[in-house]
Amino acid sequence: MNFLNRIRSLIVKELQSLLNDRSGRFLLFMPVILQTVLFPAAATLEVKHASIAIYNEDQGKESRELVNRFAASGAFSEVIPVTSQKQVEDVIGQRDAIVAVRIPEDFSRNIARGETGAVQVMMDGRRSNSAQIVFGYLQGIVDGYLSDRAEADGRSMPSEILTRYWFNPNLDYPNYILPNLIAVITTIGSLIVTALSVAREREQGTFDQLLVSPLTPEMIMIGKAVPAMMVAFFQATLILLVAIFIYQVPFRGSLLLLYGGMFFYSLALVGVGLLISAVSSTQQQAFLGAFVFMMPATLLSGFSSPVENMPHWLQVMTWPNPVRHFVEIVKGVFLKDASLERIFSLIGPLVIISAFTLTMAAIMFRRKTA
Amino acid sequence: MSGLSFRRLKALCWKETLQIFRDPSSNLIAFILPVLMLFIFGYGINLDSSKLRVGLLNEDSGHEAQAFSSALTGSSYLEIHSFDSQEKMERAMVDSQIRGFVIIPQDFSRKMQHTGATAPLQLVADGSEPNIAQFVSATVNGVWQIWQAQRAEDRGQKVKREIALQPRYWFNPSAESRNFLIPGSITVIMTVIGAMLTSLVVAREWERGTMEALLASPVTRAELLLSKILPYYALGMISLMLCVAMAKWILGVPFRGSLLALWVLGSFFLLSVLGIGLAISTATRNQFNAAQASLNAAFLPAMMLSGFIYEISSMPVVLRGITHIIPARYFVAGMQTIFQAGSVWRLLWPEILMLMVSSAVFIGLTAKLTKRRME
Repeated sequence: MNFLNRIRSLIVKELQSLLNDRSGRFLLFMPVILQTVLFPAAATLEVKHASIAIYNEDQGKESRELVNRFAASGAFSEVIPVTSQKQVEDVIGQRDAIVAVRIPEDFSRNIARGETGAVQVMMDGRRSNSAQIVFGYLQGIVDGYLSDRAEADGRSMPSEILTRYWFNPNLDYPNYILPNLIAVITTIGSLIVTALSVAREREQGTFDQLLVSPLTPEMIMIGKAVPAMMVAFFQATLILLVAIFIYQVPFRGSLLLLYGGMFFYSLALVGVGLLISAVSSTQQQAFLGAFVFMMPATLLSGFSSPVENMPHWLQVMTWPNPVRHFVEIVKGVFLKDASLERIFSLIGPLVIISAFTLTMAAIMFRRKTA
Repeated sequence: MSGLSFRRLKALCWKETLQIFRDPSSNLIAFILPVLMLFIFGYGINLDSSKLRVGLLNEDSGHEAQAFSSALTGSSYLEIHSFDSQEKMERAMVDSQIRGFVIIPQDFSRKMQHTGATAPLQLVADGSEPNIAQFVSATVNGVWQIWQAQRAEDRGQKVKREIALQPRYWFNPSAESRNFLIPGSITVIMTVIGAMLTSLVVAREWERGTMEALLASPVTRAELLLSKILPYYALGMISLMLCVAMAKWILGVPFRGSLLALWVLGSFFLLSVLGIGLAISTATRNQFNAAQASLNAAFLPAMMLSGFIYEISSMPVVLRGITHIIPARYFVAGMQTIFQAGSVWRLLWPEILMLMVSSAVFIGLTAKLTKRRME
């Protein structure tokens, strides 16, 4: 009982030092709220409100019809008519339009002769991902026009495969980004709290006081770990509520499984944080250590671009990264109601990572305190 | 108490430089971190899916179905996994082993005799990864179009498209995402380096009480600010050059611009982020809070709102407005131009101008905050 009491008072002390300071409290809530408001709106690989420049040198009926279809399609918010190749270069160079279409003067004539009417599509390769998506829009518009023409002539067109999207039928980006945010934002909070807390006590000299108290290094570790995990759970719950009730992202899986994954994830993070904390002697070092871990960990988690697009050797190297596994857990539970085996296969690595980092942290603490 | 003594300024800068080199963490930030980050960005962030894992269930034993499934298997963009039951295949997609699947139904060959507008096939993609899902849809459809054209040609039917789009990607002919992601990622790296270095430095002086000591000395505000900016500016510039050199020679991203353009653009961006870092640390006076605030004020906006991965023009109006106050936005656009289009000053000067304004604003803000603290 003595043991539990000591730990409890340690936890209370940690929470007080975390929450008593006004700007510290502010920093635990505000970023989470700000990010859940800003990022789902920002993080989209869709292309909306794009502008198109049209340089039509042809007078024929077909070219005018095509231009009308581009303008009316709704894929573009602005159509910039241009009259020279020089203007095309300016419009794309200055990012006024992402794409320019040039219809040469023999376009309608070629179609009338039974030849292929060529349309030049010039895109801003500095934004090649968006440009590729826009090209897809254009292709769709042209295909629509061709099949209308074919229908009018009584010909048949090559058929199209209709794609159905599961788990997120309209490919809404908020549905994709919010589960990701649960993983990424909690990483920042809990890691910094654990990594900096010991270093701060060292700088202020209060760590020595802790050491001369009857607390063992393990108890000190638990005292530092629990508040950080509470922060992680609190932040995750906040984003979860926002995702479900404000953004209306459908939650398909089991909350229990999500929080189970969350527990081991925050344990793994706290292990990393304590390890950083144990090896650094100043707050600056601790902060840098946390950052040097966190930045690659979040970037290589499948949050900004899928893990499977990475080269194979890098995919293997991401295995010790807790964020990668948790991103998969959140997305799996949240959107897909993934099977128990799948989630357990992802929790497994988290258990191993936390066992390793916590043991290492305990060893480092002992060595420093001995 | 304004004015500038170069002797004092030199001494202060020297003191700051010594402190930078004495502290292993500053060296870590300036030299190791950029290399590590660029390496990660260079290999880890990629929007071009190379091999898409797609399941295939062929319920039709007819000739047409065989032909199409071997067309799918033959595609170099697809990694086809064959399944014998729909249930197993669906499970595989729920568990992310495949990103989509194709079902060729029993009556496929029969229906191919007279086709309609939609193919007698089912294609399902995993919408939980929208970017990959779109690639799956486009790639399978591409294979389907080519297969149909080939099939028609084999039967002696003449197929000629009436209208053909000829795509051309300016500045980046092969449309590789890393060619724009890497210049953009240098922005994120420089934001981190600039803001982190300075945000911790000044907060540390306040915490340790050495700031009061400095303020009690005859050092003026301008000297104090400059002594915090100049050494870190030099350090940041070295990191920037390191990043660009690595992007060019190790990651193989074409660099078409000049060093002069890079220097001008980079200088004003660095001054902006150093300004942000200094403003934060002056305002918080506490390393713990400065660290968190700089992370939230610098790193995340640079990552999310700079146009580095996510297109600014696709964002809602309010957010597009917010991006205008984020210096990283101008640096991303400038870097992409310098790297891929070259030193086209006509395109660069608007970005440089905005960065000049933002560095003036943030450094000015720091000066104001420092004054208030002194009183």
